[in-house]
Amino acid sequence: MSKTRYSAFRVLKEALTGHKGWEPTWRDAEPKTDGYDVIIVGGGGHGLATAYYLAKNHGITNVAVLERGWIGSGNVGRNTTIIRSNYLLPGNEPFYELSMQLWENLEQDLNYNAMVSQRGIMNLIHSDAQRDAFIRRGNAMLFADAGCEYLEAKEVKERYPFLDMDNARFPIKAALAQPRGGTVRHDAVAWGYARGASDLGVDIIQNCEVTGFNIENGKCLGVQTTKGDIKANRVGVCVAGSSGRVMAKAGIKLPIESHVLQAFVTEGLKPVMDNVITFGAGHFYCSQSDKGGLVFGGDIDSYNSYAQRGNLPVVEDVCSGGMAIMPMIGRARLLRMWGGIMDMSMDGSPFIDSTEVKELFFNGGWCYGGFKATPASGYCYAHLLATDTSHEVANAYRLDRFRRGAMIDEKGVGPQPNLH
Amino acid sequence: MSQINRIDGGLIDREKVLNFTFNGQILKGYEGDTLASALLANNKHLIGRSFKYHRPRGIVTAGSEEPNAIMEIGNGAYKEPNTRATVTQLYNGLEANSQNHRGPLSFDFMAITDFLSPLLGAGFYYKTFMWPKAFWEKFYEPAIRKSAGLGTLSTETDPDTYDKGFRHCDILIIGAGASGLSAALSAAESGAKIILADEDFLMGGRLNSETNEIDGLAGSEWAKKTVAKLSAMENVTLMSDTTVFGAYDHGIYGAIENRASEAREDNDKPRQVNWRIYTKRTILCAGATERLIAFGNNDRPGIMLASAVRAYLNRFSVVPGQRISVYTNNDDGWKTAKDLNAKGFRVVAVIDSRSISPVMRVPGAEICMGTDVIDTKGRRALKSIQLSNGKTIETDTLAVSGGWNPNLHFTCHHRGIPKWNEEIASFVPDSAPPVGMSVAGRAKGTMVLADAIIEGHNQGSSVALELGYKASESKPATTSVVAYNISAHWGVPSGKNRAWVDFQNDVTVKDIKLANQEGFKSVEHVKRYTTLGMATDQGKTANVLAIGIMAESMGQTMEDTGTTIFRPPYVPVAIGAFAGRRRGMEFYPTRYTPSHDWSAEQNAVFVEVGMWYRSQWFPLPGETHWRQSVDREVRQTRSSVGICDVTTLGKIDIKGEDVSEFLNKVYANAFAKVPVGKTRYGLMLREDGIAMDDGTTARLSENHFVMTTTTANAVSVYRHLQFCHQCLWPDLDVHMISVTEQYAQYAVAGPNSRKLLEKIVDPECDISNEAFPYMAAGEITVCGGVPARLFRISFSGELAYEIAVPTRYGDSLMRVLMEAGEEFSVIPYGTEALGVMRIEKGHAAGPELNGQTSAYDLGMGGMISGKKDFIGYTLGLREELQRDDRMQMVGFKPVNPNDLLLAGSHLLGLRDKATTENDQGWISSCIYSPILGHYIGIGFIKSGHSRKGENVRAVDLVRGNDVEVEICSPHFFDPEGERLRV
Amino acid sequence: MIIDHPLLGPRDSEEFVYLGSTDLIDRPTNWESSAAAEDFHQYQYIRENIAGDIQELWYHEQGDQSWLVVTRNTLTHEISNVELAEDFSRAKGRGK
Repeated sequence: MSKTRYSAFRVLKEALTGHKGWEPTWRDAEPKTDGYDVIIVGGGGHGLATAYYLAKNHGITNVAVLERGWIGSGNVGRNTTIIRSNYLLPGNEPFYELSMQLWENLEQDLNYNAMVSQRGIMNLIHSDAQRDAFIRRGNAMLFADAGCEYLEAKEVKERYPFLDMDNARFPIKAALAQPRGGTVRHDAVAWGYARGASDLGVDIIQNCEVTGFNIENGKCLGVQTTKGDIKANRVGVCVAGSSGRVMAKAGIKLPIESHVLQAFVTEGLKPVMDNVITFGAGHFYCSQSDKGGLVFGGDIDSYNSYAQRGNLPVVEDVCSGGMAIMPMIGRARLLRMWGGIMDMSMDGSPFIDSTEVKELFFNGGWCYGGFKATPASGYCYAHLLATDTSHEVANAYRLDRFRRGAMIDEKGVGPQPNLH
Repeated sequence: MSQINRIDGGLIDREKVLNFTFNGQILKGYEGDTLASALLANNKHLIGRSFKYHRPRGIVTAGSEEPNAIMEIGNGAYKEPNTRATVTQLYNGLEANSQNHRGPLSFDFMAITDFLSPLLGAGFYYKTFMWPKAFWEKFYEPAIRKSAGLGTLSTETDPDTYDKGFRHCDILIIGAGASGLSAALSAAESGAKIILADEDFLMGGRLNSETNEIDGLAGSEWAKKTVAKLSAMENVTLMSDTTVFGAYDHGIYGAIENRASEAREDNDKPRQVNWRIYTKRTILCAGATERLIAFGNNDRPGIMLASAVRAYLNRFSVVPGQRISVYTNNDDGWKTAKDLNAKGFRVVAVIDSRSISPVMRVPGAEICMGTDVIDTKGRRALKSIQLSNGKTIETDTLAVSGGWNPNLHFTCHHRGIPKWNEEIASFVPDSAPPVGMSVAGRAKGTMVLADAIIEGHNQGSSVALELGYKASESKPATTSVVAYNISAHWGVPSGKNRAWVDFQNDVTVKDIKLANQEGFKSVEHVKRYTTLGMATDQGKTANVLAIGIMAESMGQTMEDTGTTIFRPPYVPVAIGAFAGRRRGMEFYPTRYTPSHDWSAEQNAVFVEVGMWYRSQWFPLPGETHWRQSVDREVRQTRSSVGICDVTTLGKIDIKGEDVSEFLNKVYANAFAKVPVGKTRYGLMLREDGIAMDDGTTARLSENHFVMTTTTANAVSVYRHLQFCHQCLWPDLDVHMISVTEQYAQYAVAGPNSRKLLEKIVDPECDISNEAFPYMAAGEITVCGGVPARLFRISFSGELAYEIAVPTRYGDSLMRVLMEAGEEFSVIPYGTEALGVMRIEKGHAAGPELNGQTSAYDLGMGGMISGKKDFIGYTLGLREELQRDDRMQMVGFKPVNPNDLLLAGSHLLGLRDKATTENDQGWISSCIYSPILGHYIGIGFIKSGHSRKGENVRAVDLVRGNDVEVEICSPHFFDPEGERLRV
Repeated sequence: MIIDHPLLGPRDSEEFVYLGSTDLIDRPTNWESSAAAEDFHQYQYIRENIAGDIQELWYHEQGDQSWLVVTRNTLTHEISNVELAEDFSRAKGRGK
């Protein structure tokens, strides 16, 4: 890397010299007139990770990341920060497990502390049928070496005495945990990848909105932007909630709807819970950030939206779920709530694929689970953009899978995006 | 001496003395005090510690924007962390404790972080703590987590009650200050239905804290009189102590009403009420919030907002110090000096950053124009300030005014972007607030009181007029015009001293500049990198100041720098309030079956299924393990007769001339020609060809059908059918209604079921095997004329019936059946025995119909009609759904009959390693069959239909079980179905 | 949100269940044709996903069980029209 490494020693040195030596975390670039080998549309976590792995794994450094606003301003900057690889289906589990392994080495790889915290994630079980389904999932995880732990009710109660075990509408029968799951400081992921990519020569261009694609004879030759036309040998779109809008500019319709998902954080509190708890039956999950806020969420608002804000019914529903399972949180105050736009796909699983337009590629459909996928998404998208072949763990994420009937429907709710 | 800072006057009730404690010390205050005013009255200046550097902190504001004075109120399960002392109404017995310090408040050991501050600047943690790798979770993170956070949650169940309410109005007015009261009055006089909400427990807004005269009365008197007038009007609802927290779509607002005083008297009363207010129009009159100026060590206890000093002085009759100075960049700051003089206090100095002539005469005060405060002294309380002109001034309180920020939050809750107004040096609402909202008064940037009153009055009147009410004829109240001049002033060059911007999160000017230096130039980046504005005060005093500093440091305009996105809630809201009464057993509704009371009498064990509580099994005395009960119930049913409440199955009554045609479109199997008096099994697919639900549909007469669905899908199937009818085939003559709750339905199963039923069926109804064969259906009467529906269908595989009666007869029918069955030793059976018998018969149920399996996978491909269009037909033909190597449903039995088989196990070749590649399928349902004497399971395995007889392993790595099983037909018991037809 | 039900007047959206675009009304009728596979694929899976006014299906589950067609803007959530799905469907030529 070209830049000085971050280290405790460097922090000490800068502290003594008034912090004058810190350079920009990434280089703010303007578009090159002669274009790029690859343009990534979207400077979120996935786009920045893609650029980083293109440069690092494939040596493709003549790359630009175009971001409409400021990098990390989409879902990577607005989520509940959970990472896990506790998936059921063979089309998904190896992909998320690769992502988990990349998380585990991310900070050393990037020389950036994104606070990857493998504090464990626990899914609560309330019925025999749910237990059977979770055991099936647990076995899928163990088959993929992702690890898991089954806890009887007694153990759950011992570890988390604040859970409502007795007066509950859904008494806790057991739990399935993934000790390797946890949380990551979300914004830092975008910044760390940006810094890593920038150091390897990638141009990060903020405030540059893609307004169209230059397509001739079915081949993409570059993009039109608010900073002018930019040529590219290959364009990879990676814009999550804006997928529908951006791909429409290339005349492509997708098996995706945009929905709003709200998330919540409380005022800072001294540590009360040390892991991530998921109460699926009550549509609620929660963890506590390093700063002390309880970070929690639940269902999407259910209607199509690009508005980045939700409504009260879901707020109340999610908080009820919290009170039902963790009745200690009644006096914790909700400090911030926000809405992000989710690219909800028709089976709840993503796409990393080429498109009907030559040299135009697509990455999206992450639903509300894209954050945990960030490293593997970038890794596999870079692989596809560099080699023209799907990475083996992302092979199922094809756009034509519905035409073939090869759905990857973890929840089994069918082609209705707001149910995934 | 008690309350040494208390002076005469004010809006407190000296007759009502209140005792409270702070960090264990017993103190006194008065009714009408806030906790903050009472603490100041008792000369308590050091009241907390900051988040990161644990700096000693004092009260800064007198409102909900308070960054410092947040504490734990109450104890035990009632403890409420992070509570603003500035908005907590004082009550007798209040216990307050400072938070976020180790050791006593005055000697916080964590204050060491303040000395290490050069190391701990913005974002330092992103650059270190990475080595060795495993240390983050084990060492660094726990240490950081322990020192972070603010107050402590009790970890006990919240003992208070919360409620939820709904209100409707023509016009919601947010804020009961001068403009809000004016708006309310003119709108109410026009006849419109008004709600006036204010976050303060005393309406009047700043009028209660200032000394303006309105209509010849003291401002607070005018407010009181106006409130009284409003409260006498029938079309007005006054909601004090009610904070509107968010603007939602279509004129819906969320508000939290604080009713803590009532709840303290009676625990059943709600502590807070979460109101959903439906409005036609809204007038935002939320006033403005004063901001600080960033100068060296500007965070010491004793440095307060100038407006807060006036609030304590005028409203709460507390003078916060003995030697008070004022530092301002606008005319408003001078009011503090004026009010202090009026109360007889000398002001030490007035420092104004503007190089203009003094705004007014302040007798005895040192006046320093064009001067800044650049440093302060005094660790636990302010001792002196140092000025840019080289002077040092001994002072114990510094009243600071950096100008006012209009409280425009709600105008931006729908992603509006505020615009910069140079004249008042503030952001003001843009032209596109949420639909239906208008703004008046200082929230709009109208800083002169006289204008704000007129604006409020006119808005109230014109909005009412727009809604069709007559215009108010009254005139707005009058007050003298006082000019407001300001010159924007953000950060003061303070050398090596740190100048705080966000007090609570310890973000300084240096942090913001470092963030800019490191490439974090967007205001959102700065917020995220430095944590600016993310504390419990949501940056109300900090954000605009930070934007000013950024704009200066990067040489751009305020507008280009922009604000972060405004989102609800306006102030933090207790989670309990959002949940309301939906907690504990009331979290979801609970549905009871008609036989519930009877079952409870039999000591049934209940299980929740789709909100229903169903009997799981019926233990008899002496049975100590559920298996004993379940095995008995199965044996007894299979050998004689058993009864099971199946009311929970969805029941849909369908009538019309085109029902056959309709059913033929929604079921995958042929349904066009079901004869009257017959029932048919139906499989319903989703449009994507995946199995959705199954059940039976009986034709009771030519144009009358009754469909059953699974319990889990009762609601979604009905919704789907309504979709199919209303959206796809609206002209079919089909009428549907769900009658799930209108009929009690029991399965009567076993070889003696007919004999039993014959005892209760009225004699004219012939239910012999000839007259009422397998799959027959009909309307009959029982017990001497009670109407009933009888279906000869069987889930258990036995000769069986389902009998339905109107729900009001459900309890009786259960008792009648049990009595009539006594001679056959009839038993009730629960969902476990039901499950055992259905697995013995190989019927797919929830675990198999899991939304991932097709009819072919389930072994029902043969039922699919190729001769009609039906939901799921075309997409069900897709190549991947037709592959031979899909996971197909089969039965499994352990090769060694003593082996335990567990649902959730995955299937592996006999010598394969447990890897994703080798995974061949899974066991979906599994039970011990008391009839067969060993475990059996059904599940899915690749190409299962053609692999019967092959042995594989069922592996449960989670619980450690690995057994060899034989793939077999799922029809374990009576595969030819002979028992059904006898 | 508030949905102005054509029969029942304004109701909180909480009473409704959302399905999605009214494209779901346009179920192909050519099940016997060779184009059926692709037509049904487009019908079931591919969405315009418009940022702006869309027509969508809401079901009044906690009410009268009507399916409604709501014209709503996905950027602002403003609702400009509500009608019965039955009428909408007929107007599009659907019948039996």
